[in-house]
Amino acid sequence: MIDYAVSILIFACIYGLVALGLNIQWGLTGLINLGQVAFFAVGAYTFALLSKIGMPFPVGVLVATLTGGGFGAAVAMFTPRLREDYLAIVTLGFSEFVRLILLNEKWLAGGPDGIAGIQRPMTIAGFGSEVSFLIIVVVTLAIAFAFTRRIEGFPIGRTLRAIREDETVVSSVGKVTLAYKTRAFMLGAALAGLGGAFFASYLSYISPDMFGPNVSIYVLAAVLIGRQGSSVATLASTALVALLLEGTRILKDYVTFVDGVELAALRLMLLGIALIAIVAVRYGPRRAV
Amino acid sequence: MKEILEIKCLSRRFGGLQAVNKCEFSVRAHSITGLVGPNGAGKSTLFNLVSGFVRPDSGEIRFAGERIDTLSAHSVARLGLRRTFQIPRELKQMTVLENLLLVPENQFGDRIVSVLSQGKRVREEEGKNLQIARGVLEMVGLSEKATHQAALLSGGQKKLLELARCLMAKPKLLLLDEPTAGVNPTLIRHLMSVLRRVNESGVTLLIIEHNMTVIMELCERVIVMDRGQVIAAGSPSAIQSNKQVLEAYLGGVSA
Repeated sequence: MIDYAVSILIFACIYGLVALGLNIQWGLTGLINLGQVAFFAVGAYTFALLSKIGMPFPVGVLVATLTGGGFGAAVAMFTPRLREDYLAIVTLGFSEFVRLILLNEKWLAGGPDGIAGIQRPMTIAGFGSEVSFLIIVVVTLAIAFAFTRRIEGFPIGRTLRAIREDETVVSSVGKVTLAYKTRAFMLGAALAGLGGAFFASYLSYISPDMFGPNVSIYVLAAVLIGRQGSSVATLASTALVALLLEGTRILKDYVTFVDGVELAALRLMLLGIALIAIVAVRYGPRRAV
Repeated sequence: MKEILEIKCLSRRFGGLQAVNKCEFSVRAHSITGLVGPNGAGKSTLFNLVSGFVRPDSGEIRFAGERIDTLSAHSVARLGLRRTFQIPRELKQMTVLENLLLVPENQFGDRIVSVLSQGKRVREEEGKNLQIARGVLEMVGLSEKATHQAALLSGGQKKLLELARCLMAKPKLLLLDEPTAGVNPTLIRHLMSVLRRVNESGVTLLIIEHNMTVIMELCERVIVMDRGQVIAAGSPSAIQSNKQVLEAYLGGVSA
């Protein structure tokens, strides 16, 4: 039971990193990204490949973060004129493109077999392997959180929010909006890459089917439930989504009147209903200006 | 007297519509110049061309002697040529002060590296910009609304906010697109005195306006456009009695 809770917390922290990244892109700057899983996958695979050639854990994490950010910057620079729905389609397409390359290019990343035997960080003296992983990921999340909080409060956060509201105004006051959008996208993708590195390390095995669009959607749900542009709310709602997704698994010990398969289906239905209810309450008429 | 803005043979077509057609005029430095004409005469397109939001098909735009017709909107703005929009584009979910603090150029805190710094430099910079912003709000008479959300301002106050946002940058030339449209008469009086003060502080103003009282009282020179061309230019009183201008406005009844 404790082990299970630790594992849920680790996943929640990993998704928290990815959601914080999406919050910079979508929540703060208004760039819709339905393909956040692409950068998550890039980070995970970068870390896994570096782990294979014997790079130490911190180097792997750092390079995975930078690679994720690099891919993000590239996507942002190739889509400068896209806004809203078109950007959504391109990012969704990009994430499938990344997944299909990982699936089919066997020489690169093992194809459908994935990569096994990915390293874990060193255990902290006095703690078990799982708990020390949790400590490391929590500390990383705390640093990332402090970083995004600062972005929100600093003039750069104000400029990003202004772009979300009206890009024309921002260029009319003499700012190069493309440069800001690229930076926002890059930072968000870098955080997804960071999350990907921890994901690969924690599972020690990754394969392309772990990086389907549902990951993007869960993270999107977390940012949507939270208040646009707020890191605090993003983290809180990530925890909520993780609880709904993972925590409901525990139900099977207490709910006996349906069998396991039915319960699995009901669990996802419950999640869906909860999301609809939360969004209906959060984005109800009250928010209309 | 020196010309701050010179437009030569400027044209722009949108599909089958020749919005601006071989337009030529200039604006004197430190003047208040009016730009009038019936709806669809090409005034707003001209503003979009000058401010770099739309590229001309042909022709030349010079600002303080420098060609700007190939520059992008943000580069034109950086040279000191700022504009307001016909329909105010306030940043709704931000406060009035935040709307202004967006403006100052080259803010250290506007770069990612600043996030990793101690933050002292950012705080000092913000303090300085805040002072400028409060000064500008004082000037346009929005001080009481400083911490209000921009979405909650009245139509006239939004116009003042647009003006304030331009003034934050200490522009050389300010293009105002119908500053008094939809503003109540009392606020129009206030707006006119603000514009006069802005002009006295050394800013050249080019104003699109349909309210003739405003044009007559403020402008020393008026340019009249019709169907994409300049059809007359001169003092307000000369323009008022110009036959061509009357024809353009009244659809040729007097012809």
